[in-house]
Amino acid sequence: MPQSPDYRALARQVRLDVLEMTARQGGHPTSCFSTVEILLALYFGGILRYRAKEPEWPERDRFILSKGHAAPALYAILARAGYFPLSELERFRTMDSPYHGHPKQNASLGIEVTSGSLGQGLSFGLGTVLAARLAKRDSRAYVLTGDGELQEGQVWEAAMAAGHFKADHLTAIVDYNKYQQTGPIEREMALEPLADKWRAFGWQVLEADGHDAAEVARRLEAARATSGRPQVLIAHTVKGKGVSFMEKDFAFHAKAPSGEQLEQAREELQNAYR
Amino acid sequence: MRIGEKAGLPAGTKQMRDAFGEALVELARADARVVALDGDLSSSTGMGAMRKAFPERFFNIGIAESNLVGVSAGFAASGYIPFVGSLPSFLLSNAYDQLRLQVAIAGLSVKLLGSHAGISTGREGPTSMSIEDLALTSALPGFTILVPSDQTSMAAAVFAAAEHKGPVYIRSSRGAFAQVYADGKCRLAIGQANLVRPGGDVSLLACGMMTGVALDAAALLAEKGCQARVLDMLSLNPLDRPAIAAAARETGAIVTAEEHLVRGGLGSSVALIVAEEHPVPVRFVGIRDTYMESASVEELMSRHRLTAQDIVRAAEEAIAAKRKGE
Repeated sequence: MPQSPDYRALARQVRLDVLEMTARQGGHPTSCFSTVEILLALYFGGILRYRAKEPEWPERDRFILSKGHAAPALYAILARAGYFPLSELERFRTMDSPYHGHPKQNASLGIEVTSGSLGQGLSFGLGTVLAARLAKRDSRAYVLTGDGELQEGQVWEAAMAAGHFKADHLTAIVDYNKYQQTGPIEREMALEPLADKWRAFGWQVLEADGHDAAEVARRLEAARATSGRPQVLIAHTVKGKGVSFMEKDFAFHAKAPSGEQLEQAREELQNAYR
Repeated sequence: MRIGEKAGLPAGTKQMRDAFGEALVELARADARVVALDGDLSSSTGMGAMRKAFPERFFNIGIAESNLVGVSAGFAASGYIPFVGSLPSFLLSNAYDQLRLQVAIAGLSVKLLGSHAGISTGREGPTSMSIEDLALTSALPGFTILVPSDQTSMAAAVFAAAEHKGPVYIRSSRGAFAQVYADGKCRLAIGQANLVRPGGDVSLLACGMMTGVALDAAALLAEKGCQARVLDMLSLNPLDRPAIAAAARETGAIVTAEEHLVRGGLGSSVALIVAEEHPVPVRFVGIRDTYMESASVEELMSRHRLTAQDIVRAAEEAIAAKRKGE
């Protein structure tokens, strides 16, 4: 694990990976862009304990992508972390490839969970930490959820159970980019007061600028030091972060740019982090 | 007359749910990977035996089936063999999305126990009674479905489920079923039907509680000089294609019997294989596109034509159709 990762260079690479994958085969680029620094903090900031060359190492921590539509970002980060060659990203959404449109569990590639129907990752993560506790392993689970996803009732079933079981090896991270498919969250189905909801279920609540990977990593370190209750990091993010015309434009939720816009997106991403 | 009496089967000595609970504890004693996850119904499903015997390997996940299934997937992905216990009317219906995504698509080794399936809840009424559980689980690719017909085959099903890699649904019931198998003498192999009575005139293919009823029907048919073959379809998915093809070829007439909707359950699955392998007349005893009343099991069997007499009538129809060359 590098001492001080070059988050800016990595963020540029991962966003460009995502842009190219989704431009070729479709997907949800803006939902990926809001997650990038969170993923970098986990995989390159010394938070997640993993062995890319021994992906099924039983003592590993698990990263659980509950917002499955951010699959391209997951594949890009796994490739950059060394689970498989970068050239594999070209197989995204193609016949017989393990890089499905939404993740299908394949622990040998670092893909820990099947997702794509929202609201399910937290329960899975809780299962893994209860299993680790029973096996007397120190493994943790980090579950990345969307914000609109929190409208699913199962999330709160899992939140209640995690509080009940004092699952302190479970950390949820909310990619709070403030938009869902059809519009701004507060207009479509309000979540606020969000922190209070989690606290009421017995969780420690932390907040961070979700595009400051170092800050995210610091908060996750604090979460790791917590005992007796699960933790949630509310990461304030920008949907489409990195490409001016995609930021906050929910019309780009399930659509990649093409033609001139694709050129412009490439240019902005290449220049943005120089 | 109680089910199985005409066929000379001894009455069950254990409720199906208790047979499940005992087998699970025995399994857990032999295999440390076995854990029990409960949807707050352990006192109804038989899973309470695990809570008593192995409290540290028993988790009440509460009245929240979606989360229950998600947690079980996490356990399975961590190398455990989770048995999930609830009523299928809640477990399958509430958590179908989770079962499809986290268990079926992922191919995880989660074992579901659905107690109170079929009509055995009787007076609890249609909301508790799952008559769709086999259809729902059959629709999930890769799901193994076991339908024990008595207490001995229930124990065999629990062990077979644990041994099998991948998702398994075990159908269970509140009541005690007539003993189709002698104690400890049921060989249950996934994908295989058990021949429980030989015969060449017609084949009765039954599962669960209806296997005992089919054996009664076979005894009634024998009195009329008709020899019925009875197959216990313990493995609903995968079904025993060779045994079904042989039944069609060798007896030329088939009746299916189940306490489940005919559509999506044993009947339609058997018909598909018969149509592909060796088309012969098939008649279906089961529930026809309707929900049940709140009534006793006997009343429901009579109202919905699930009795031994109904199977006899269906067999006679199938045989008549065979003779007509239908």
